[in-house]
Amino acid sequence: MSSRFSISREDWSLHRQGQMDQDRHLEKVREAIKQHLPDIISDESIITSDGKRMVKVPIRSLNEYRFRYNLDKQERAGQGNGESQEGQTIAKDGSAQQRGPGKGKGAGEEAGEDYYEAALSVDELGDLLFEDLGLPHLDPKKQPDLTARKYQWEDVRKTGLQSNIDKKRTIMEAMKRNLMAGRPPLEGFNRRDVRYKTWEEKFEPQTSAVVLAMMDTSGSMGEFEKYIARGFFFWMVRFLRTKYDNVLIHFLAHSTEAREVTEEEFFTKGESGGTRCSSVYELALSLIQEKYPPDLYNLYPFHFSDGDNLSSDNERSTDLVNRLLEVCNLFGYGEIDATAGGPAYYRSSTLSALFQREITHQRFMSVVIKDKSEVYKALRTFFGPTVMPTNQGVS
Amino acid sequence: MAEPLHAASGGPGAMSDADAAALELAIEQIVEKARAFGLDFYEMRYEICPADIIYTFGAYAMPTRFSHWSFGKTFHQMKTQYDYGMSKIYELVINSDPCYAFLLDSNSVLQNKLIAAHVLAHCDFFKNNHRFKDTNRQMVSAMASFANRVLSYEHDVGRAKVERFLDAVLAIHEHVDPYPKSQAAAERAKEIRPVNTTPYDDLWSLDQLGQMGAPAPEARSSSKPVPTRDLLLFLLSYNAELEDWQRDVISSLRNEMLYFRPQMETKIMNEGWASIWHARIMRDLDLSGDESLEFARMHAGVLAPQRFQLNPYHVGFHMFEDIEKRYGRERIFEVRETETDVSFIRNYMTREVCEKLDLYLFAKEGDEWRITAKGWEKVRDGIIRQISNSGFPYIYAEDNDYQRRGELYLRHAYEGVELDGQYVKRTLPHVYHIWQRPVHLETTEDDRRILYTFAGEETERKVL
Repeated sequence: MSSRFSISREDWSLHRQGQMDQDRHLEKVREAIKQHLPDIISDESIITSDGKRMVKVPIRSLNEYRFRYNLDKQERAGQGNGESQEGQTIAKDGSAQQRGPGKGKGAGEEAGEDYYEAALSVDELGDLLFEDLGLPHLDPKKQPDLTARKYQWEDVRKTGLQSNIDKKRTIMEAMKRNLMAGRPPLEGFNRRDVRYKTWEEKFEPQTSAVVLAMMDTSGSMGEFEKYIARGFFFWMVRFLRTKYDNVLIHFLAHSTEAREVTEEEFFTKGESGGTRCSSVYELALSLIQEKYPPDLYNLYPFHFSDGDNLSSDNERSTDLVNRLLEVCNLFGYGEIDATAGGPAYYRSSTLSALFQREITHQRFMSVVIKDKSEVYKALRTFFGPTVMPTNQGVS
Repeated sequence: MAEPLHAASGGPGAMSDADAAALELAIEQIVEKARAFGLDFYEMRYEICPADIIYTFGAYAMPTRFSHWSFGKTFHQMKTQYDYGMSKIYELVINSDPCYAFLLDSNSVLQNKLIAAHVLAHCDFFKNNHRFKDTNRQMVSAMASFANRVLSYEHDVGRAKVERFLDAVLAIHEHVDPYPKSQAAAERAKEIRPVNTTPYDDLWSLDQLGQMGAPAPEARSSSKPVPTRDLLLFLLSYNAELEDWQRDVISSLRNEMLYFRPQMETKIMNEGWASIWHARIMRDLDLSGDESLEFARMHAGVLAPQRFQLNPYHVGFHMFEDIEKRYGRERIFEVRETETDVSFIRNYMTREVCEKLDLYLFAKEGDEWRITAKGWEKVRDGIIRQISNSGFPYIYAEDNDYQRRGELYLRHAYEGVELDGQYVKRTLPHVYHIWQRPVHLETTEDDRRILYTFAGEETERKVL
């Protein structure tokens, strides 16, 4: 018979090409996300979220671009169930291509544009964002109240609590003794075989830090300004809580007067009225004087404002910033400039311009934000690796 | 004679030895039946493998192919759909001699019987359809050896560089001329084609280029070249600055595309052909009641109509049945030999079939997708427009020295359907990456001639 065929079953377990190229693809997804972090992290849906949801990031750079027809302008063929009518609607835009992550050209349900969409949690996004960020000029300071107490199983002893018997060591002792006596290893236990685990209490000196988040909530802070300031503080708070166990954050809001508010109020409430920045600097100083002596704490005040301060208050504000700089590790000032492209003379009267002229302290850092993607720049300016590339708007 | 079955190796879900034995017996019968029906195929090598492997082969369209992240992306998508039960590949069959067919080990015995029959008819099609006459039946090893060369290039010049170049070539690799102009040149090219297993294959393909009448790569010739839709060949011919490994990448991807093109051009026929024969062979087997039911369910699933695109199994199946009814069995064997999808639809689509299958054309109107035509001739012509050139737009390379500055000029042969402008903007940088000088693409949008230009910064669009 000449029916020539064969059937075989090989061992395919070492065939990993698909997985390897899949890994490479995911690596490219991460690279693409990192490249677009400035845009992704200032997305409104993230900043206004509770931080628990998944973020969908369309990654167009991983589309496989080709010369292709415009699908919106092409007539294509399909099939009905026997009752289709001319003019009948078969899909609404969006419904034909909603297939979630990992959508592909499968199953013949393609209409409209598609692009690769990576889904990641806010935490994962934070991990990418915070990778090389840290609190600058951080000193280890002795602070008994804030040292962490740790218990570690450190030692094995012959006496101890019954509940802390180290079974493995005990059996090994028994085996040793039995073997030395020429008996089978598990020929019974002896009181002297028993070993106990003991712990030691350890105190680890922690670097303790206090961050003062100060925000201008006056009437001149418009939607955009508030959005930028909150965007910055949103990620700053997440960053501090992710990276440090031991950071205290105070939220201070001000218009012409300053007060400490809860985190929730800080992120949701606005006020009205004029701006007197000295009020919040004063509040910061008094907090420090009352609670956080600088030799025990690393202190980081950050202030975001639109820079539109009462001119009669400017001198006092500058003095207070200088006084803060004497006791703090860093003073970060962020100014939101919604007038980008507007007359230059206007900008010269802002706090940022004033501070640049008047404050020479090494640890004063300021950044001007004109666009929402620059929230990322601000984060990197204040928390990025200390050697900053030039012309990042750092003064 | 069948070769002995290899020892079982699979993990969970793998086929039992008893099932494998039953399948082997059945395949023997199936091969007999297929021959009795007059099918004519190469020696068959059935490989039974786990889902991961089938999906790898599915994504790469070949058992061994060069590594690239886009295959990994496809693999991941296909595998995810499989894992969630959204879609399933039953098999993969390779146009080669002997013919390799990969079956999924988690298929039931009945499913694998149907598939064994189905792929026999595919193999008959590969062997007998005229479009496949010049395909390289040793492509499995040619692609495997190119994969190895890509690895060695990654070693030599660095992975990032090779990947970037592959990205670029893949962006235009569909643009070959599937029908070599001069048959004689093609014949000559075939004669000199070696068994592609050495690291120097690229040298052969360069020779081949010379013989096919393209100018030697050194000459950035002053006389205007003949416009061609073979963009890859054009780039090879007129860019003398390409490095050897880059020439090999372009020419190998071009060969791979030339190998795949006949399959793209006969999708409806080939799947229809395989479907009528799997159905007939299965009906001829002694199936139990349960098996008959399972067969009917699977057959119906494979042939299910789809709203947003033609199901080639469904359309091809009914067209072949209709042709046989009208002209007799001999005719369908002739048709499978001489036609490709475009001529198949043009010559054999009828009002009856069109209405029976409820075919229509649809398009976007506002934010809705609506049925725009149901009349059989309009639908027939619409299908032909859609599958012409395997669904790719016609892009011609016209000038290698545009404005006397060594710039590349491409022209889209507009035939009523516009290009996707966003995609043009992002594809031109890839062409630039290969050409290394400014590249232009002329097309038509809203009845105006438009020129897209990429010169290294950002793609610009202007009205001519």
